[in-house]
Amino acid sequence: MRWAVVGNSDNLAQRLLNGDKRALARALSKVERGAMEGQQLVAELFPASGNAHIIGVTGSPGTGKSTLVNALIRHWRSQGKRVGVVAVDPSSPYSGGAVLGDRIRMSEHTNDAGVFIRSMASRGTLGGLSRATGDAVTLLDAAGYDLILVETVGAGQSEVEIAKEAQTTVVVEVPGLGDDVQAIKAGLMEIADVFAVNKADHPRAQQTALGLRMMLDIANHAYLWKPPIVKTIATRGEGVDKLAEAIEQHRQFLAESGQLAQRQRKRASDELFRVLRRELFRQLRERVGDDYEAAVARIAAREQDPYSAARELLERPES
Amino acid sequence: MSEQDFNHIRIIVAKPGLDGHDRGAKVVARALRDAGFEVIYTGLRQTPEMIVNTALQEDADAIGLSLLSGAHMTIFPRIRSLMDEQGLDDVLLFGGGIISQEDADTLHDDYSVNGIFGPGTSLDTIIQFVKDEMGRRGKL
Repeated sequence: MRWAVVGNSDNLAQRLLNGDKRALARALSKVERGAMEGQQLVAELFPASGNAHIIGVTGSPGTGKSTLVNALIRHWRSQGKRVGVVAVDPSSPYSGGAVLGDRIRMSEHTNDAGVFIRSMASRGTLGGLSRATGDAVTLLDAAGYDLILVETVGAGQSEVEIAKEAQTTVVVEVPGLGDDVQAIKAGLMEIADVFAVNKADHPRAQQTALGLRMMLDIANHAYLWKPPIVKTIATRGEGVDKLAEAIEQHRQFLAESGQLAQRQRKRASDELFRVLRRELFRQLRERVGDDYEAAVARIAAREQDPYSAARELLERPES
Repeated sequence: MSEQDFNHIRIIVAKPGLDGHDRGAKVVARALRDAGFEVIYTGLRQTPEMIVNTALQEDADAIGLSLLSGAHMTIFPRIRSLMDEQGLDDVLLFGGGIISQEDADTLHDDYSVNGIFGPGTSLDTIIQFVKDEMGRRGKL
């Protein structure tokens, strides 16, 4: 009998697909915890995903990412598109707690049925953040949001990783953060598909935009896609239509150039790698038990090097 | 359970209505963070609808309101009725501000506002209250 095999998780997935926001919120908590229940949800909803345009928004703290996201939501809502947001803020490395404040700038969309905003703490575990945000995007995608914005502070490696996974990555810059040598450093600058120079009413905004332009011009490879630089004043909504247009053009470029398939393959590869790494580590940890802590102690006391210790743990026979 | 598990508890800290005095809310948000909770801070001038919608989207375990405007006998009942409408019956509702004992008793008895904290309450009292309430709900 059909009803006999329908478990809780099945039910939740079905409610999510029917547009139940409470179910979506619950499901997001479950995937964030990463337990078996969350994994089952992703498995059930994965076939319904793959339709949304996923946009990463990253940049230094205080550059106006949330305000810009707010203005972008307003733009897309005026075109009748449904928008999902995952806004990541850091967890405390000391208490594990967090204050998540990105929503403050997006208050005007709280009561809009076509917008779903979820705050997420980085929780700082091994690859945990990218796994949780990836799964959250899958759920929002399955729930039928046309555009999904993932906002992260572009400070740590995992945040850069997340942004890189989006189909279109917007890097938000502001005047006065650094000179043009900052602009040729590796990392954040390299992952941008679109640059937003926010707070463009600042007198140095033109110089910041020029610095970025120079950085793009001296690159020693031919661009298939040259990241546009868009000046915005997010608080007043100025330049936001141009930013949205640049994002849309990038989506079209991805589709027409065949790069979309390439990016999706890269994302699939990263996801599989992360799941395997996590699962293999969990299995090993279970198998070796206390020997793991013993090895840590030996390395800390400098009695053994980490390579030999790792080899011993891997070669340990099944007990 | 270990301290680690605290970070699964999510608390909305909100300032409803026309009341710009947010120092208290920020102090409490910070203290809850340091106790290991995930706090979603909504900022100022939130309507009851916004607060309940936020709690719903964030799958919050608790809603804490800071109210210094005197509107608590309007706002708490309104939020409670919206929570009932949305089926948020397992979410803890508590608050703080300038609220008389008499009003606090009414809010507790008639609207299940389980904790009202006035001026001078220690942060430890609030944190312990949230932990106890979460424990009672089997979330800690």
